[in-house]
Amino acid sequence: MGGKTLYDKLWHNHLVEQREDGSALIYIDRQLIHEVTSPQAFEGLRLSGREPWRKDANLAVPDHNVPTLLDERKGGIAGIVDPISRLQVQTLDDNCKDFDITEFEINDQRQGIVHVVGPEQGATLPGMTIVCGDSHTSTHGALGALAHGIGTSEVEHVLATQCLVQQKMKNMLLRVDGKLLPGVTAKDVVLAIIGEIGTAGGTGYAIEFGGDVIRALSVEGRMTVCNMAIEAGARAGMIACDEKTIEYVKGRTYAPTGVVWDQAVKAWQDLHSDEDAVFDRVVQLRGEDIKPQVTWGTSPEMVLPVDGTIPDPAAAESSTEREAIARALEYMGLDAGQSITDIKLDKVFIGSCTNSRIEDLRAAAAVVKGKRVAESVKLAMVVPGSGEVKEQAESEGLHTVFTDAGLEWREPGCSMCLAMNSDKLGEGEHCASTSNRNFEGRQGFGGRTHLVSPAMAAAAAVTGHFTDVRDW
Amino acid sequence: MKSFTVLQGVAAPMDRANVDTDLIIPKQFLKSIQRSGFGPNLFDELRYLDRGEPGQDCSGRPLNPEFALNKPRYQGACVLLARDNFGCGSSREHAPWALDDFGMRCVIAPSFADIFYNNCFKNGILPIELGAEVVDGLFNEMYAMDGYELKIDLDKQIVATPSGAEIRFEIDAFRKHCLLNGLDDIALTLESESAIRSFEDNWKKSSPWLFDSFSQSGT
Ligand code: SF4
Repeated sequence: MGGKTLYDKLWHNHLVEQREDGSALIYIDRQLIHEVTSPQAFEGLRLSGREPWRKDANLAVPDHNVPTLLDERKGGIAGIVDPISRLQVQTLDDNCKDFDITEFEINDQRQGIVHVVGPEQGATLPGMTIVCGDSHTSTHGALGALAHGIGTSEVEHVLATQCLVQQKMKNMLLRVDGKLLPGVTAKDVVLAIIGEIGTAGGTGYAIEFGGDVIRALSVEGRMTVCNMAIEAGARAGMIACDEKTIEYVKGRTYAPTGVVWDQAVKAWQDLHSDEDAVFDRVVQLRGEDIKPQVTWGTSPEMVLPVDGTIPDPAAAESSTEREAIARALEYMGLDAGQSITDIKLDKVFIGSCTNSRIEDLRAAAAVVKGKRVAESVKLAMVVPGSGEVKEQAESEGLHTVFTDAGLEWREPGCSMCLAMNSDKLGEGEHCASTSNRNFEGRQGFGGRTHLVSPAMAAAAAVTGHFTDVRDW
Repeated sequence: MKSFTVLQGVAAPMDRANVDTDLIIPKQFLKSIQRSGFGPNLFDELRYLDRGEPGQDCSGRPLNPEFALNKPRYQGACVLLARDNFGCGSSREHAPWALDDFGMRCVIAPSFADIFYNNCFKNGILPIELGAEVVDGLFNEMYAMDGYELKIDLDKQIVATPSGAEIRFEIDAFRKHCLLNGLDDIALTLESESAIRSFEDNWKKSSPWLFDSFSQSGT
């Protein structure tokens, strides 16, 4: 028998019941809740007269719909202009009060994007099972946790039973060895991975990211990588817990303290795959081969190094691929053979649960410091991931670096990552975005999204087109 | 939950790979706090020529005549033929809610994204995975024949085509059982209440830091 993978261990630790038909009951330690995917779950509880199984396992925060302009934001829920958004945020508050669930409300300093808030507060910890009605829950796997998105019926299921019915996934190891070249970041690593295995490459797998490059990333960088595991088709992405993880967690508001901390740290030492663990699939990349990445199409796998040229559908291997490329080029308003660096930007968005943490903002600020946003860029905005990130950035003076350069400095939330509030792209507009999805219409009807790292987005804001940050 | 036993009806195409849940139901409709009413906005951006807003009456909106589901031959379809990686992207259960509300009870594709696949079963929709070549064959037959109908027998795990071919599909036993009987997942899990309690008691002893997190802060 081979050893266990990290996923095997996390699964085994939380196994309540293995059933003969292959399904299993898995215990859930933490459920994160936001306003978009929870109302129907609470309504379901009410209709069936059920109570949450364990209230203290849940933490709620509104993020998707909240306005990011101070003027609209300062009025709290009542100030939200769009009545349908207002009702949704209000419904979250009402449900949390009714069911006695902890919520960081709209203008609470701790409010922010759910996947930024969890780790930041120590509400998500190594070794936990973590779920949320949101596919980017995979982010929390960066702490050595089993974390994945679920649908609303499952949100209700976890509220009512503290468990999920699951089939065990397969194990994939994604090793990135060697070293990253200067100017290449966690975001470029994960985009390169998706370019390599495709958006369905991880379907059915839990992906563990490993290798020297992953070990060398900060915990925030690891979150960026795990965040996009779902863009590679894997519900869960994870990274072994190490000294860096423990150092990151230490002292956070809801992290354990005293003797319990020592006890926890001891348990966390085991949160890695055994030397002789067996993976169903292993994929290897070299850090040195990765250049800054830019997506050119309408799926995250349509990605190229910044010095690349846009593919020609005629050269595609299958008819499905040919049509997909042709359709993407049409939607994106791009031509085969065009250089990535020729793509002109109308807007720039620095934010989202992929890249809105303090290190992301520092990286973007370093690029724009003392420079100006290009005239041709209509709007460049920085949206911190949480109130805490915002405060930290302001204490370092990053906000003035941004505003001096002509970028807008906003209130925390999902913002233009999915454009549920008023932050959106206009039809045909090209946007350099640090978010995770470039699907058609994602950032606004007819909008054209290019996924990049914070430094690449910042450089694009200054030059008005994509630029290789390595030459910066 | 609705049960699914045998389904017979018109099949319609969604002939592109990597159809994401944003495309199935665009985000502006996710602001609803209801579980129903998403049908008119299924594939909204492909289906209509204008931009849809939540709460709008869709009956007068300009339809895109090129979009398959708008064509007369696919009216009343309850089976959707799709391509690789159907339902990728966001975890929104609004996607199966929209399909269901529209009248789709079965989606056939070479592969599905995990979360979407799982969400279907919670809503009485049967996602069937068949080999890419088999699905390709079904697409071709469907395009060649007006009013092309498929018959799906979940118990026997068979898709029957008008030409009489019977194609077997795989599905895991637990999901099949729940779908056939329209079982409420939560009630089923609560049958294991004592196992959950005893797991939880042990877990609390060995990992006390996972419990009562928010109590000491008084929030
Ligand atoms: S920032 Fe974007 S991807 Fe992340 S939770 Fe919000 S909407 Fe989803």
